Formats: sequence, structure tokens, C-alpha cells
Amino acid sequence: MTVTGIGASVKRVEDFRFLTGRGRYTDDIARPDQTYCYILRSPHAHARIKSIGTNKAAAAPGVVAVFTGADLEAAGVGGLPCGWLVKNKDGSPMAEPPHPPLAQGKVRYVGDQVAAVIAETREQARDAAELIEVDYEVLPAVLDMAKALSSKTLLHDGAAKNLCYDWHLGDKDATEAAFAKAAHVAKIDIVNNRLIPNAMEPRAAIGEFDTATGDYTLFTTSQNPHVIRLLMGAFVLHIPEHKLRVYAPDVGGAFGSKIYHYAEEAIVTWAAGKVRRPVKWTAERSESFISDCHGRDHVTHAELAMDKDGKFLGLKVSTKANMGAYLSTFAPCVPTYLYATLLAGVYTTPQIYCEVQAIFTNTVPVDAYRGAGRPEATYLLERLIDRAARETGLEQVEIRRRNFIPSDAFPYQTPVALQYDSGDYTATLDQAMTAARIDGFAKRKADAEKRGKRRGLGYSTYIEACGIAPSAVVGSLGARAGLFESAEVRVHPTGSVTVFTGSHSHGQGHETTFAQLVSGALGIPMESVDIVHGDTAKIAYGMGTYGSRSLAVGGEAIMRALGRITDKAKKIAAHMLEASESDIEFKDGRFQVAGTDRALTFGEVALSAYVPHNFPHETLEPGLDETAFYDPANFTFPGGCHICEVEVDPETGTVEVVAFTAVDDVGRVINPMIVEGQVHGGVAQGIGQALLEGCVYDADGQLITGSCMDYTMPRADDVPSFSVGTHATLCRHNSLGVKGCGEVGAIGSPPAVINAIVDALWQDGVRDISMPATAQKVWQAIRNAKAPQAAA
Amino acid sequence: MTYSVSMTVNGKAVRGEVEGRTLLVQFLRETLRLTGTHVGCDTSQCGACVVHVNGTSVKSCTLLAVQAEGAQVTTIEGLAKGDELHPMQAAFRENHGLQCGYCTPGMVMSAIDLVKENPDPSEKDIREWLEGNLCRCTGYHNIVKSIEAGAKAMRGG
Repeated sequence: MTVTGIGASVKRVEDFRFLTGRGRYTDDIARPDQTYCYILRSPHAHARIKSIGTNKAAAAPGVVAVFTGADLEAAGVGGLPCGWLVKNKDGSPMAEPPHPPLAQGKVRYVGDQVAAVIAETREQARDAAELIEVDYEVLPAVLDMAKALSSKTLLHDGAAKNLCYDWHLGDKDATEAAFAKAAHVAKIDIVNNRLIPNAMEPRAAIGEFDTATGDYTLFTTSQNPHVIRLLMGAFVLHIPEHKLRVYAPDVGGAFGSKIYHYAEEAIVTWAAGKVRRPVKWTAERSESFISDCHGRDHVTHAELAMDKDGKFLGLKVSTKANMGAYLSTFAPCVPTYLYATLLAGVYTTPQIYCEVQAIFTNTVPVDAYRGAGRPEATYLLERLIDRAARETGLEQVEIRRRNFIPSDAFPYQTPVALQYDSGDYTATLDQAMTAARIDGFAKRKADAEKRGKRRGLGYSTYIEACGIAPSAVVGSLGARAGLFESAEVRVHPTGSVTVFTGSHSHGQGHETTFAQLVSGALGIPMESVDIVHGDTAKIAYGMGTYGSRSLAVGGEAIMRALGRITDKAKKIAAHMLEASESDIEFKDGRFQVAGTDRALTFGEVALSAYVPHNFPHETLEPGLDETAFYDPANFTFPGGCHICEVEVDPETGTVEVVAFTAVDDVGRVINPMIVEGQVHGGVAQGIGQALLEGCVYDADGQLITGSCMDYTMPRADDVPSFSVGTHATLCRHNSLGVKGCGEVGAIGSPPAVINAIVDALWQDGVRDISMPATAQKVWQAIRNAKAPQAAA
Repeated sequence: MTYSVSMTVNGKAVRGEVEGRTLLVQFLRETLRLTGTHVGCDTSQCGACVVHVNGTSVKSCTLLAVQAEGAQVTTIEGLAKGDELHPMQAAFRENHGLQCGYCTPGMVMSAIDLVKENPDPSEKDIREWLEGNLCRCTGYHNIVKSIEAGAKAMRGG
């Protein structure tokens, strides 16, 4: 029996089942009499479908049914909805082309869904799919964003110039005026490479129809089952919520890629109703590569105006953002309100103007991936500042210090809409520099030189906005959803507790962290607390987990419900102890009359709530079960400093990350072990983006990096052990003071890595290197830098 | 055409009817319903499906079920004695060596085989051994710590 509240590195509750092979992921579930679905996908990036012949497939062994887009259209199945619409500069609506779950008329990327085969076994479904005859008229593929705008080939009838929207934020005139006064302007052209998320668990879905009740169930790999129920039920299949259960059991990683409502979810649910048997679909990994939403993919030009002292005067940013072939659920908000709003970074830049063109191409749809917009903003800003420092002769650290928002300036209103509530950027920088042993760097660099290696140091002082989000604010910006969270705390008669949370855990360890909140608040052991998530049949409502929101929004909802529990329990205790409520103190799980030894345990009060013999019936109802819906007042603003030290072999171009230090301000830390783990994982993904990962399409729109053999994810020997620390300033608008930690690693780290490589190779004349900085690319950059000298 | 296959899995004699193309991992997951062994890729790159075949770690997606005829197979379900975790499992729990849990069975099975070959592996040894196991959550930091601790525990130290 241990009480394990806030601040303790409690070992995780969920680990026992995962370590013994008893996790229950969607593909682990086998429903009685289930059939298997195979999705036939487009082999072409862009083609008109002239005809689809399904007769041979339908007659193949074991086949139960074959469906095409025409079947769904005839049945009135709707398109996959987009959950966030932004407006063009002129106030007109963005293009919102239809996104049918199975292609109708055209296919628009390699991987686009063409037909669904339902059969007795997975192999039979797959074999039969090969018998489907699709007659394609291949069309030119639109791949390059700049060319897409002037291409004669249009992906969608409703999107002229293949433009989804042309959006902006900030005061253009004031920013131009700031540039007119500049002593120096630094410029950069930058690409934020397209990434393929690759959570280790491939997506899966099982649809089920209860012929007795008419109820549908969808088991799915989702970060937000209630959102899927709403989107699929209301917009695609027209099933009311009370007839549709969506259950996301254990989910094997997600990183954003399992937020969205995918076609396969609708297909298996609809098909289950048609064939009157459960229908199961599980992605093969190569299918994940061409059907899970990709991330990032920005091309940007930016300019930073500075005065003679290196103070930032203004920032201009122009970005092209790839939407892929269709709008994924939240795609439009990523390069806009999750990106441009972060361009102030941790700096006092007074004027900022950003314009973004979102463009359709014949590629997999792009949506949020760990960080979503904020890594793109951070990478741009931190690379540009690094360049500005080098051009003006300022030290990397000094240029940052001169422009930091001072720690006494909060709340701080940026010129790009956000109001930061707290932070201390000097403190996180100083702590990171100490941890990274900066004072010994010169010697380490000299030692490396003796070995023929180049050492470099790269900084990133970043901020992000998470804990999304105030519903009224995001509603005014185009979100079609609220972004509150719900929690129900159900105290059982003997004093144990079940919490029903709308957050969803897919690796974050909520079953532990949330139980710590309950344990701390009620003074009961962790073992007496159970956290339930992921099932619309059990949980009242939930917006799910993404944008590092679970603790700041979902946790705060739990705290509010807990507050209602203790308020009511105090009243019950006062009645039982024949004391005034104001005299009751609740501490360490005991209700005590102040100044006396008269007390009741939490369990005794809980029992009285359900066996209300001695109970204040005049003022209270029996029971001890409270729900809270919490809508945050503001975003939260984690920030910090990442320092990367690399060693580059100039002969081979190989980059080794020899040390990586992160000091993050994630607000109050509930479980330090879990927070550190989140940062480790985020940093590894950031190093992956910086050095290894990059999605490549060929000129015809075929995905070249379409398997784990071609798309390079970090392996154990690609990354070092990390030095991770925290420095907390508390969030001012939630009671826990928490900010969120899930994305900081992926947001802060990529520019630190690239800045370190540029630092290492500056002496060789290398001025820029793009992500991923593969050995080949680095080697080429060194050779290119040397070439003019050789010629001279 | 189907084939009859029999083997010993986690100490228990099992048999089943499989197609020639049925992979060992499919036999374990779908026929025996031992779903602790996971499938994370289709190119034998991720290592989520690592089991022990005759005492050696093997990616169970690289073996046909019929090739395991007569073999001794141990999966993640066969490690713990009741509720008592194997020292390597316990080390992963103590050191937060897992997050979403999907790569975990393969990591643990692979780590145990490493310690069998190299009872006192260095950090470098561990990172190189894990070449065949992908994890997307942990950044490997705590997996490496877990395996160091698990190796120590398995040595009896």
C-alpha cells in the first residue's frame, strides 16, 4: 500500500500486460465468424478510372463480397470530412474537395483506395483482389508544389491551380516598415522534409454489426475514438452515436498518424452491415507507408530583420505546404494556426508576417505528425537565427540571449496571436549549457581535429503551444470541433476508484500518471485506482490525445472531477461527524474535524454515500460519482533548450551525434520517469528527421521510400544516450501547472542537430545542409564547398 | 493444400493445419492465439516478432510454420513464471524500457538472447545487437538501460 502522488517516478501500471504479451491491440482481437478485408489500392499517382471489373474476384474462393466506390455512392455513404477549415487572405473559403472512402472516377495517389474485397481469410481476400480488373487512363502526376500552381493538370475540379488555400497572418505593412529600418537582413530558403510516421503498430480496424439490435461497433487503432464516432457516424455512414460504439484498445504508438478518420474504418463498418459479419482489416507495413498520413513537407523562404545590435525587428515568412492528394482530418490547421502562430519563438520580434499556400499534389495526404507545425516553425526560426548570428559575427548563444522574452515579461503577447503565460528561457539555456559541458567543447573539438574529425555544437531554444485548446478560440479560427476534455471519477462503495477519461493512451502511460493524480488527491493507494480510456461505450465523451494535451486538458478535467468528489465527501463527512463542513479537513485520505481526533477514512465516507443510512438526504443525493468537462483558458507553452554535439567525418560525410542535451520546461512534472521517456522518444524522432528520414517520390509519383528497408528510421546505434533535464515554470491557467511533454523532443531537436553540423563544417566552407543530412549529402556539401578553392 | 505441423511452444506440445505459405508468426498469433508476438513490418526489419526457436532468437516472420516442425519455441508469453517476471522483463519495467509496448516482446526476447551470447554487454554491444529491432517510442535510451540491468540480474548480480 503506497500513496504515490505528484512528483514520484512511479513504475508504470500498464507494463505488466505489455511485458507478458497480454496487451490487447486491435489486430489481437478475433471476433466470432469474422471475415477479412483487403483494400485494392491505386498503383498510379493520378489516373482516371474507366472501369472496374469485379466479377472474377467475386467468384474467387472464399470471397464474401467485393465493393467499389460506386457501391458506396449508391448506398449514400459520405466523404471523409475535414475538421478544420481556414480562410483565404481575401476571406473566401478554402477549397474543400470531396474525399470518398473508395475512389470515384479518379485515383489521386499511389495507395488511394479503389476496391474492398471481403473474404473468409486474409489470403483469399488478397488473392481475389488480384483478379479485379481496373482500366486506368493514366494522367500526369503533379508532385512539385511550385509547379503544381501553374500545372495544366488539376487534381480536383474545385481547386483551381491545385491551391487549397492562400492564407496569411500578421501585419504585412508594419513588418515591411520594420525591414526598412534594418541594419542587417538574414535570409534563408529551407525545406522541412516529408516524414512517414511509422508507429510500430500498423493501423487496423474491425467493423461489426449486431443483427439483433442494429448496433455497430468499430475496433480501431485510434488516438480519439469519440472523434472517430462523431466523424464517421455523422458525416460518412449516418449512424447516430447511440447506435455506434468505437473502441480503441491498446494502441501501439501513433505520433499523430492515428488521429484521423481513415477510409478503412468506414469501409469495414459499412461492410459489416452489408455482409452481416465482422469485417477485419489490418495494414501491412508497406500499406502503412502509402496510406497513413505523412507529416511536415514545407518549402519556405524567410527573412529576419535586425538592428545594429542584433535585436530582431521583423520576420517575413513565405511557405508552401503540401496537403497531399486529399484533405486529411486536420490538415489545414497544421501549416497555419499550429505554425505561423509560433514564429515569435522565444524572442521579442515585434513584427511578423507569414503567408502560406497549401497545395494539392498526387501524394499521400499530409497531416499532423509529432509536433505538427511547431517543429516546422522552430526549425525555420532556429536555423535562420543561427545564420543571422554567423553573418553578423554574434555568438550563437549571445544572439539568442539578446532577443529572449525576459522572464518578468509574462504574460507576453506575441504579434502572431498567442499570449504566452510563463517561461524562463535564460534559465533553460543556462541549465542546458551546464549539462552539455560547453566549457569543455573547445578541447573536445581540438581532440577531434587530431583524429581528423570535425566537431560542432548546435543550439535550439524553442517554444511550442500545446494543451490544445480553448474551444471558442479554435472555433473562431476554423475548427469544426471543440477541444475540451471530459473525466468521470466514480468512487465505489468500498472506496476504490474508476476514472473514465476522454484522453487516450498509446504509450504515454496515462494509466499511471492519471492514477497518481487520483492517489495524490484522495490519499488512496495507486492500486485502488483504475483508469479507463478508449471506449465510447464506457466514457461519456472525449476529444482524445494529441498536441501534448492529455495532462494539461484531460488531467485538469480529472482534477476538477476530483475536486467535486472531495467537496461532496466533505459534506457527507461533516454530517457523519456532526460537525460543520468548514471544520472538516481532508488530508492523507482522512476527513478530520479540525483540532480533534474525530476522523473518518475516505473509504468510510464512500460507503456512506452508497449505504446512506446516516446521510444528509436533505441537501445531497446518494452516490459519489462526479464528471467534469474542462475547456482550457489558453494554450500551454512548453519551451526549453536543446544542444547537440556532433562529430563529422569529412572523408565519408558520416555524422555522429556524440551528445544530446535537452532541458525542457514542461511545467510541473507528475512522473519524472515518464516525462524523460517522452523526451527521449521525441528527440530520437527529431534526430531521425535531421539525419535519416525523408520521404522520396519518383517523377511518376511512386513512393521510393516505401518500406522499412528504404525509409530509414533511427535504430539503437544511430542515437546516443541523452542528457535530459527539466526546469519548471508553472502554467498559470491550470491547477496542476502542467504544460505537456509529448512533443518537445521532436520540436526542439532537428535544428540543434543541423546547426551542429553547420558549425562543424563552417571551417570547410559549408554554409547550409538540408534534412535529412545523410552521409552522402554531407560529403557532397563538403566537396562542393571545396570546389571553388580547388578551381582557384 | 494444407500441412500438419507440430512443435512445442512455451513447453506445451501443439499442432495445427497450415498452408505452405503460413509464417511461424501467423501460426503463433492466429492458430495458437498467442498474440504477444507482434507484426510490425513486412520486410523482416522491425523485430517485433522475435521469438526463441530452439533457444535462439529468430524473427518469426522469416520462418514458415512448417520449418518449425518439431522445434522448441518460446514466445513472450512463456517467459514469466506465473506473475513472477523474468529478470529481463522486470528490468524493462524498472527502467521504463517500454512505452506503447508494441516492440517490447521482440526487444525482450532479443535481449535475452544477447545476454546468453554476451553475459556482460557494453552499451555499444547492446546498441549494435539491437540492429534488428525498431522502437519508435523510447529513443532506445531506456531500452539500453533495461538490458544493462537485465543482463546484470541474469548474471545473478
